[in-house]
Amino acid sequence: MVVFEKPKSLTDKEFHYCPGCTHGIIHRLVAESIDELGIEGRTVGVAPVGCAVLAYDYFACDMIEAAHGRAPAVATGVKRSMPDKVVFTYQGDGDLASIGMCETVSTAARGENITIIFINNAIYGMTGGQMAPTSLVGQVTQTSPYGRDPKTQGYPIRVCELLATLDAPAYLERVTVNSVKNVHRAKKAIRKAFQNQIEGKGFSLVEVLSACPTNWGMTPQKALEWIDEKMIPQYPLGVFRDKEG
Amino acid sequence: MAKLTFNEERCKGCGLCVNACPKELLTLSRTRLNQKGHTPVEMTRAEECSGCASCATMCPDCVIRVER
Repeated sequence: MVVFEKPKSLTDKEFHYCPGCTHGIIHRLVAESIDELGIEGRTVGVAPVGCAVLAYDYFACDMIEAAHGRAPAVATGVKRSMPDKVVFTYQGDGDLASIGMCETVSTAARGENITIIFINNAIYGMTGGQMAPTSLVGQVTQTSPYGRDPKTQGYPIRVCELLATLDAPAYLERVTVNSVKNVHRAKKAIRKAFQNQIEGKGFSLVEVLSACPTNWGMTPQKALEWIDEKMIPQYPLGVFRDKEG
Repeated sequence: MAKLTFNEERCKGCGLCVNACPKELLTLSRTRLNQKGHTPVEMTRAEECSGCASCATMCPDCVIRVER
């Protein structure tokens, strides 16, 4: 009996991600959720700009490529014109928390019935490791070579907490994928975010703390440990909103 | 008995599966490279594998298929 294999909602295309990048795990969790809920034929994904820009090659459902940061706006249009579709966006921190912050907050404030998978790896990956709004205080990046200094560069943005100040969002949870146990938890959260949309509960966002070994300058295993040591203290895991009904 | 199948050409040799295995049954090849130039994962002491799928759970590239 097969107990584990590549989900059907992923194409056979090999991921272009760096070795040890956890985007691949999160792609798989999204695809597994789509498979389990039996919604592949009516799911529309919106890909971001960032490392996951090629996500449309990997998911077997219909995909749209949005302009940088605008995925929630595109998803809003799709969902409103075709309410029977299940619409999700897959966005990184440079996309969702920086250039797309306006779309993120406005879409959440309207409580659009869509699902957002937000990958937070505290850095701009695709462009070569620049400081992101989510980079940690003291974190060395290409554009903060002496470490992020809050005096001139401010403090990292906690997206789940920020959105939890709004009335409309139905579900906000932060998870990570740095261990087997945490991957199972992340899967549960992602599946719930899709389930919420099917049940019409409204805006659901799952923030996933993800590793970027290449731009953090670490081995893949060390990067997973760094999530535990540095990221989780700044970005505590947990449910920030879970509206019933 | 559990059976693991590796899609070696997808493997990038990141080693996350090696660290995830509770019985330390996996290792990266020291003698072979795949087409991408990465050292693919290999199984040692296959008879001890319980098929818990921890390796496959942590694999970012869907390399591992687990049967039990």
